[in-house]
Amino acid sequence: MSMFKIFDVSGSGISAQSQRLNVIASNLANADSVAGPDGKAYKARQVVFQTQLRDANDQGSAGVRVANVTEDQTEGRRIHDPKHPLADDKGYVTMPNVNVVEEMVNMISASRSYQSNVEVMNTAKSLLSKTLTLGN
Amino acid sequence: MLNRLSTHFDFHGEALKLRSERQRVIASNIANADTPGYAARDVDFKSALANATKGLPGVASLPSMANSGAISTTSAGHMRVPTFSLSNAAGGNPTPLQYRQPAQGSMDSNSVDMDVERANFADNSIRYEASLRFLNGQIKTMNLAVTGQ
Repeated sequence: MSMFKIFDVSGSGISAQSQRLNVIASNLANADSVAGPDGKAYKARQVVFQTQLRDANDQGSAGVRVANVTEDQTEGRRIHDPKHPLADDKGYVTMPNVNVVEEMVNMISASRSYQSNVEVMNTAKSLLSKTLTLGN
Repeated sequence: MLNRLSTHFDFHGEALKLRSERQRVIASNIANADTPGYAARDVDFKSALANATKGLPGVASLPSMANSGAISTTSAGHMRVPTFSLSNAAGGNPTPLQYRQPAQGSMDSNSVDMDVERANFADNSIRYEASLRFLNGQIKTMNLAVTGQ
C-alpha cells in the first residue's frame, strides 16, 4: 500500500521544517550575542534542504532532509560603544549578523510548510482509515 | 466462478491504487516545497488509468497516450530513467512520471507551487473517496446477490 509511504515523506518534511524552526530560534535568541564561546560575535545559521529519495527506482516518493547547516560569513554590524567591555581599541563592538526581519519571515514560511505537511498526513490518515472499513 | 465475483471490482481497485500513488507524489511535492532545485512531479492520471486497466475484461479501452514520455536507450551504458512504478494489469510498461510546468519561476529553481499542490491534493483525496464509495457500492451489491434469502 503506497499510501503508507506518505507518512514517511511528510514526516521527513515535518522534521526538516522543525529543524529549520530550531535554527531560526537560535538566530533570534542570539540576535544580540556579541560574544560566543570563541569570544567572537554570533553568526547567523541557515539550514540547507535536500531531496531524499526513498528508493532509487521509485521517483514517486521524495522526502526531504537537512543536508547541512551553514554559517553566514558576512561581517556583522559595528556599533560605537567605547564603554562596552568587548569594544576594540577604536571603541567599536561587532554585533551578530542576524537580520531579525529576515528571520521572522523565515519563521512564518517554516511554520506554514510544517502545517501543510501535517495536513497532508491527516488527510492520508483519514483516507486510509476509510479504506480499512471498505465493504462494511 | 469465484474470480467472476472479484473481476467486477478490478477497475475501481486499479483506480484506487493509482489515486494513492498520485497522493504520494503530491505529498512529496508538498514536503519539498522549500528544497532548492526540486522539480514538482505529477501523474498523467488519464493515461495511467488507461494503461493500468488495459486488458481488463469489461472495460472499454480509454484512448491511451501512455509511455510517450519513456526515453529509449541505444547503448547498454545509458542510465535507465526511473519511471512511475505502477505497471498495468496485463504486465505492460509502467506509466512515466511527468514534470509540472511552473506558472511562475523562483530564484532557487524550485517548481513547487503550493496553491496548485494543495488544490491537487484536495482534489485527489475527494476522488479517492469517490472510488472508495463506488467500490463499497459494488461490494454491497455483490453481497446482496450472494446472500441467500
